[in-house]
Amino acid sequence: MAVKNVIEAVREAMREEMQRDERVFILGEDVGWRGGVFLATQGFIEEFGPDRVIDMPLAEASIMGIALGASFRGMRPIPEVEFADFLWPAVNQLIGEAARVCYGTDGNLNAPVTIRIPYGGGIRGGLFHSQNVEAYFFHTPGLKVVAPCTPFDAKGLLKSAIRDNNPVVFLEHKKTYRLVRGDVPEEEYLLPIGEAEVKRAGHNITVVSYGLMVHYCLEAAEQLAAEGIADVEVVDLRTLKPLDTGTVLESVKKTGRLLVVHEDNITGGVGSEIAALAADQAFDYLDAPVGRVCGPDVPTMPFAQTLEDAYMPSTQKIAEALRGLAAY
Amino acid sequence: MTQLTNQTGGQTGGQAEGPLEEIAAGISRPLPQGITPEDLVDFYRRMITIRTIDERIWMMNRQGKVPIAASGQGHEAAQLGVLLAAEKDGNCFHFTYYRDLSIKMGAGLTPTQVMLSFMGKEGDPYSNARQFPLQGADLVHNVIQISNVVAAGLTQSVGYALGCKMQGDGRVTFSYFGDGASSQGETHEAMNFAGVHKLPVIFVCENNGYAISVPQRMQMAIGDVANRAEGYGFPGIIVDGMDLLASYEATREAIQHARREGPVLLEMKVERLMPHTTDDDDTRYRPREEIEAVRQLDPVVAFGNFMLEQGYFTEEQQEQIRGEARRAVNEATDVADAASPPDEALLHRHVYAT
Repeated sequence: MAVKNVIEAVREAMREEMQRDERVFILGEDVGWRGGVFLATQGFIEEFGPDRVIDMPLAEASIMGIALGASFRGMRPIPEVEFADFLWPAVNQLIGEAARVCYGTDGNLNAPVTIRIPYGGGIRGGLFHSQNVEAYFFHTPGLKVVAPCTPFDAKGLLKSAIRDNNPVVFLEHKKTYRLVRGDVPEEEYLLPIGEAEVKRAGHNITVVSYGLMVHYCLEAAEQLAAEGIADVEVVDLRTLKPLDTGTVLESVKKTGRLLVVHEDNITGGVGSEIAALAADQAFDYLDAPVGRVCGPDVPTMPFAQTLEDAYMPSTQKIAEALRGLAAY
Repeated sequence: MTQLTNQTGGQTGGQAEGPLEEIAAGISRPLPQGITPEDLVDFYRRMITIRTIDERIWMMNRQGKVPIAASGQGHEAAQLGVLLAAEKDGNCFHFTYYRDLSIKMGAGLTPTQVMLSFMGKEGDPYSNARQFPLQGADLVHNVIQISNVVAAGLTQSVGYALGCKMQGDGRVTFSYFGDGASSQGETHEAMNFAGVHKLPVIFVCENNGYAISVPQRMQMAIGDVANRAEGYGFPGIIVDGMDLLASYEATREAIQHARREGPVLLEMKVERLMPHTTDDDDTRYRPREEIEAVRQLDPVVAFGNFMLEQGYFTEEQQEQIRGEARRAVNEATDVADAASPPDEALLHRHVYAT
C-alpha cells in the first residue's frame, strides 16, 4: 500500500491501462507537453508519444466526436475536458450520439469511450469553473456515470471504465484531487461500476451522497456520534448510473431515516431520484420525511467567498440536517 | 494537387465544364482509368434499382405504409460515382447522411432489406427499426450513420480516420454531408482537425442548393463550399455530381491523395429533384419553373442516354434492366409489407453493450 492523492490515482489508472492495451489513447486540450491542466497526464507524452497523447484544438465538440469515431474503429479513447463547464459544446456528441450508438444500431455498434470530466465547486471557480453536470448524464440512458471520492475508488473505477464497452462519464471532483489522500494497493485491482459502498456503518440514519460531499458527510457523522445523537450510516454511491438501488434500500430499511446530500442544484438532481426510490420502495420503513441538503437553485456557486460558502453544502449544514432528522 | 485538379476537370473556385454537354454533342468519351463497360452496366443496374425503390417508397408513404422518407433522387450519380471508386479501391468506409440511399443500397443491401427498413419492420439491417430508415450502422457494408444531427457524423468520421491512421490499415474514410451541414460548427472542427493531422478522409459535400427550404444564398456568402478547403490546408474540388463518371474520376484521385497526403473536399454539385422529405411541400419555397427545370437534369436519364450513345447497352437491354428492377422492387414490397414489426419485448434490448 502507498498513500496517494486522487490525481495520482487517476494518472496511475490511465498509465496502467495504456501500458496494458495499445488501443487506449488520450485526447484533450493541453494533455501533451503541459501534462493536463490538473497534471493528470503528466509524463504521458514522454512515455507514450504524441500519437497516443493528442493535444487537441480548443474545440470540445470535436474532442468528443473524434473520440467516438475512433471507438468505432476499435480504439478505446479517453477524451478529457479541462473543466465540466467547458463540456457543453460536446454534449450533443455525448447525449445525442454516444448514448444512442448501441441502442440506435440495435447492437451493431458500441462506443467504448471514457470521458474524464473535472467538476464541482468549493475552489473559488465561479460560474464557469465550478459546475456540477451530473444530473444531465444521470438522466440519459445509454451512458454510465461514475463519481468516485477517494484515490482507491478513483483508480479502480477508472480502470473499469476504460475497459467498459459503453460510454462512461467519469466525474472527478476537482477539490478532491489533492485534498483527499488514501491507501492505494501496489498490485492491480478493478472496482465494478454500479456498486455503491457503505463508507461508514451506522444504524440510526442513512446519508446517501457522492463525490466531495461524502467526506463532509463522514465528518458530520462523526460529529453526531461525538454528540451522542445518532449513529449515522454513510453510503457513497460511487457510480450514479447504473444506480445501486439495492445498497441504498438495504441501508434505508435498516435505519428508517434518509438524508440525501449533493452540491448539485436540488431540483431534478440525483437526490430527487434517491428520494423517489425510498418513497417508492421503502415507504413502510421510513420513520421521517426524506431530507435533502443540496445546492440551491442558483446557476452555480458564485466567485465571492461569501456567496460560494452560502451555496456549498458543508459539514455544519449536513450535521444540522442530521440532528433534525434524528429528532423527528 | 495539380494532378488532381487537372484530371478531374474540376477546379477550385469555378464551375467545371460539364461532361454532359460533351455527351449531348455526341462526343465519344473514353472510359476512365480502371473502369470496364461491365462496371458501367453493373452501376446502371444499381442506379435503376435504387431509383425504382426510391419512387416506390414515396408511393408507399402516400399509402400510409412508409412513415417518412428522404428521397435521394438527383443525388444518384454523385453517390454511385463515389461508390464505384471506393469499391475499385477496396479499402474504404462511409459515414453517410440521411439522403445517401445510393451509397447505402448501392453498397450491397437487397431491395427487401431496404423496404423492411422503410416500412419499420423486423430485419432492418441498420437499427432493426429503432431509427428512421437506413440509419444506424451496416458494418457488413462499411457504413455508419448514427443520427440526424447533421455534421455530428463529420467529427465522428474524422475520429474513425484517426483510428485507421493509428492502426496503419490504409483505409480511407468518406464523410458525406449536404450544403446545409456545411453551416454547422462541427463541420469546421472536423475539417480543421483532419487538416492538422493529414488524415485519410474525403469530405463529400452533396450540394443541392437547399437546406430543406433555405437556399444557398441564405446559407453562405460564397458560391462554392469547396473554397473552404483552402482554409484547412487541403484541396477542395468542384465536381459535376450529376455525372457518374466525373464523380468517379474525382473520387479515384481523391482516394490516392487522401491515402498519400491527407484530406480532400469534393463538392458535388447536384440537384434535389424531390421535396426535402415526404412531409415537405417544396412548392412553398421553390418556384415551379425551377422544379420543372431541375427535373430535366435527371442524372438517371442522363446516365442511361450516355450508355446508349456510347453503345454500352441497347435500348432492349436497358428495358430488360428496368424490368428486372421493377420485379425485384415489387417482390421486396410484398415481402416487407407482409413482414412483422419488431416485437414490443425488444424495447429494452441493447441500451447498453455487454
